[in-house]
Amino acid sequence: MDGSDIGLWGVPLAMLAGAIRVSTPFIFVSLGECLTERSGRINLGLEGTLMMGAMSAYGTALLSGSPWLGVLVAAGVGLMLGALHAALCQLPRVNDIATGIGLMLFGTGLAFFLGKPYIQPKAPNLGALDLGGWSSIPQVQQALQVNPLFIVGIVLAFALAWALKNTRWGLIVRLAGESVDAALAIGASVARVRLLATAVGGAFAGIGGAFLSLYYPGSWNEGLSSGQGLMAVALVIFARWDPIRCLWASLLFGAAGAISPALQSVGVTQGYYLFSAAPYVLTLALMIATCSPARSLRGAPAELGAVK
Amino acid sequence: MGTALERIAVSALALLASAVIFGLLLIFYAGVDPFEAYALMYQGAFGSWFSFQNTLTRAAPLILTALCTALPARLGLIIIGNEGALVLGGVAAAAAGVAVAASGPLVTHLAMAAAAMIAGGAWIALAGGLRQYRGVNETISSLLLTYIAIALMNHFVEGPLRDPSSLNKPSTHPIGDANMLGTIGGSDVHWGLALGIVACLLCYGVQRFTTFGFAMQVIGGNPKTARMMGLNVGRYVLVACAAGGAAAGLAGMVEVAAVHGKANASLAVGYGFTGILVSFLARHHPLAIIPVAILMGGIGASGGLLQRRLDLPDAAVVVLQGIIFVCILASETLYGRSWTWLWRFRAVEGR
Repeated sequence: MDGSDIGLWGVPLAMLAGAIRVSTPFIFVSLGECLTERSGRINLGLEGTLMMGAMSAYGTALLSGSPWLGVLVAAGVGLMLGALHAALCQLPRVNDIATGIGLMLFGTGLAFFLGKPYIQPKAPNLGALDLGGWSSIPQVQQALQVNPLFIVGIVLAFALAWALKNTRWGLIVRLAGESVDAALAIGASVARVRLLATAVGGAFAGIGGAFLSLYYPGSWNEGLSSGQGLMAVALVIFARWDPIRCLWASLLFGAAGAISPALQSVGVTQGYYLFSAAPYVLTLALMIATCSPARSLRGAPAELGAVK
Repeated sequence: MGTALERIAVSALALLASAVIFGLLLIFYAGVDPFEAYALMYQGAFGSWFSFQNTLTRAAPLILTALCTALPARLGLIIIGNEGALVLGGVAAAAAGVAVAASGPLVTHLAMAAAAMIAGGAWIALAGGLRQYRGVNETISSLLLTYIAIALMNHFVEGPLRDPSSLNKPSTHPIGDANMLGTIGGSDVHWGLALGIVACLLCYGVQRFTTFGFAMQVIGGNPKTARMMGLNVGRYVLVACAAGGAAAGLAGMVEVAAVHGKANASLAVGYGFTGILVSFLARHHPLAIIPVAILMGGIGASGGLLQRRLDLPDAAVVVLQGIIFVCILASETLYGRSWTWLWRFRAVEGR
């Protein structure tokens, strides 16, 4: 078989590769958002967290030479931004949606501000595992170069789903999201639970950002994120607040995001920009299809006021 | 005693707090004297007639895009699709302007404004309608619509509407020098500023003096009560969103007709996102939007000077805007708490 020309098969293959590569930040950000929302709070600022994570991971990797240290630092920065959001939202009368937008602006601005010196230099990459060695087709081999963080994300999704369902800690998070009264009745501090859930959710988003700058696209610049942090919010709604479904939805979004470059690579250039809007159109279509004015969404945490 | 005074005092406190936070960032990260930076910012924004004109020119689209958040906010909706309505308005205005360019400036401007307002209005009304009739969260949908709008703009500008002679930066055909929106007598400030101020006054008038405006206030206060009173909430949501979107679309038209002369990617430079900030900072009050937009326009205008003189990244002004936004939102918690306590304390002492 001629290994270099696979014709139109390139499109689904590129979408598979895209699903694996592009989806990783989606997985982390949506899992973070999922955890936060299950505790009854919404964080729209994860876009800023993502950018701060990307910038701090890149800077750390550049200065220390270790990309994995960068991932760790990104998680720490995400943790702090999440905690900041939670602390602000706990003040009475402070609107969590608006605060999220504010922190999004703040986070992206701060990332550009602090990240200015890192735009030119090249930081060490995270590297990939070759899972496509069995195939002789270079495109397949390329598509199956999987970053370890992708696998970590999958494990995290299952771990989070399990923990929410089966541990005491998960029960308390769900109680904070479903019924404040019930949480108080078992003696849990709702404020502290939400603070922790938002902070840990921010840490996940920070790791997602680290993937952006340290693996794919793999450099730090101001156009790095194309709204993944915000799309994650819609994605969690689409996934009905279930970590496992967040994983599938992230893969779907990754594939949708890969449509337009894939079509371009096989010579379809018409409507490039229209296809690039595919993930957003998809999200909107899904929200229209799944929302209803009469009842709240199935699976929605009852204390989550933002999603009525 | 004075809720207006309380509003101004709390906002001033929040601005002061953000100035301190930004100043600390300047000292510890960039090693820059914050007082020097603020002096430069003042100079770059309001220091000379030249810089003040630059500030006012930047304020014009901010006033119009801020209305896109402020009007629906009256009904309790948080719309953040301002940027999308602006870029679509700009593209629609350019298309209409090119189509009727031969019929003189007045017709061209009217056609451009109408096309821009329809495009922007329909776009945001879509978000409002989805909220009202399908229960889709309007904040998220309007943001998604922004990304879709930017993709549409890129599609039109590089595809069907592209001027083949625009090589480096794909653009629509120019509307022609004769059809450019002029400047306000003797200055470099274009008429977009006047349009914005008129729009704010109009919105204030409607909100303050008409039953329509009163009904909006009732709905914003309590939608259930409004429904029980027999108000058609959906209609108000659609009208407020359409009007807000039309204002943002008009901002796009102004950018095309007074600044660029054609539609291209320069439309999406963040006026819409800063407009959200302006609206929140003005507490969604149409008249307060005007000074706040001028302040934000000034911060934006001073970015270049900070970059040249102090070697600060151009994102410095975005950071400051973000800090201001967060501080203003956090300051909401001060309302009616320590402040009223202070007043009561004063009143007791005065007796």
